[in-house]
Amino acid sequence: MTAAALLTAEGLRKSYGATAALDGADFSIAAGEIVAVMGPSGSGKSTLLHCLAGIVPPDAGTVRYRGREVSAMSDAQRSALRRADFGFVFQFGQLVPELTCLENAALPVRLAGASRKEAEGRAREWLRRLEVDDVRHHRPGQVSGGQGQRVAIARALAPSPRVVFADEPTGALDSLNGERVLELLTEAARESRAAVVLVTHEARVAAYSDREVVVRDGRARDLAGAS
Amino acid sequence: MSISHTLLGLLETGPRHGYDLKQTFDQKFGHDRPLHYGQVYSTMSRLLKNGLVEVEGIEPGGGPERKRYAITDAGITDVAQWLARPEKPEPYLQNTLYTKVVLALLTGRDAGELLDTQRSEHLRLMRELTRRKTEGDLADQLICDHALFHLEADLRWLETAAARLDRLAEAVRA
Repeated sequence: MTAAALLTAEGLRKSYGATAALDGADFSIAAGEIVAVMGPSGSGKSTLLHCLAGIVPPDAGTVRYRGREVSAMSDAQRSALRRADFGFVFQFGQLVPELTCLENAALPVRLAGASRKEAEGRAREWLRRLEVDDVRHHRPGQVSGGQGQRVAIARALAPSPRVVFADEPTGALDSLNGERVLELLTEAARESRAAVVLVTHEARVAAYSDREVVVRDGRARDLAGAS
Repeated sequence: MSISHTLLGLLETGPRHGYDLKQTFDQKFGHDRPLHYGQVYSTMSRLLKNGLVEVEGIEPGGGPERKRYAITDAGITDVAQWLARPEKPEPYLQNTLYTKVVLALLTGRDAGELLDTQRSEHLRLMRELTRRKTEGDLADQLICDHALFHLEADLRWLETAAARLDRLAEAVRA
């Protein structure tokens, strides 16, 4: 674990029925760092992300974010933390289909209490940086997969999160589109000093990270930390 | 692939004659290219000279094929160092990596750790290429992409091997 760790997990265990998804996983990430979480399908990497982000409480073990124990927080406290400090990008953008791309990107900022004008101003800035400002008035169903994923990244970064959780963010894109999305995501995260937890089973995606953590059979192995 | 390290690793599982060594090597690693007897004996005499193997006994009848070779402590250290050292990532490494994995399993070492160390080494180079690609022009991008695709293929093989280590261990020890 590094001294400047922003988010850490120790001894995480999580089972779904009789299946142990996590079986004693450790993890740590520093501010501004991009860490790839790798491993085969079913190894527990998405469960690790869900526990780290406070989406799912672990059965045992602790998650600490800036010294606070996330695993001990109430549901309401964890929701507030996710809204204020965390951003999310999933494999399929998961944009709200009834809203325009601009409204989607502005949504978390609005939920955090900003006015519509301010929220859309910030969202537009990110849509420009992610090269999708021209589709801002389109609905998600009217844009390509790559554009939708860029809108999802703009939505994740607009509230200035300290940690972005990206679960197979390019899994549904072709290779060129996927690479451009990764370039934009990592560039934007580095500029805003956001840490990124990048879950992927692809080495080419992991190559955009600073280091990798390998999850196998529910255990996470931090190779950089081990050396 | 390093033939001398491979023969040395096979000797770690127990002393053997040169003929046995060749047979075992061909059976486990030499599917397309069996070893020549001459390669075995020249390798053994070099390993003897370097103190990595010793002659445990000579059977009546004389001749180099009657010598029974055993690995020395220095030889075991040499095998351990070779297995622990990741290979320089380059295309078509699977022969060497396969040999290392099988020898690690045969000698009771952690083959999973060997694969993890190699994955890190591959990813280190992939990061460097990715950085060069994002900062470079189209020609750089295409050149780096070629290397990245090959490294990715090797890594996929590593993942497949890692997922089958238990079965492979059973097979090689049978």
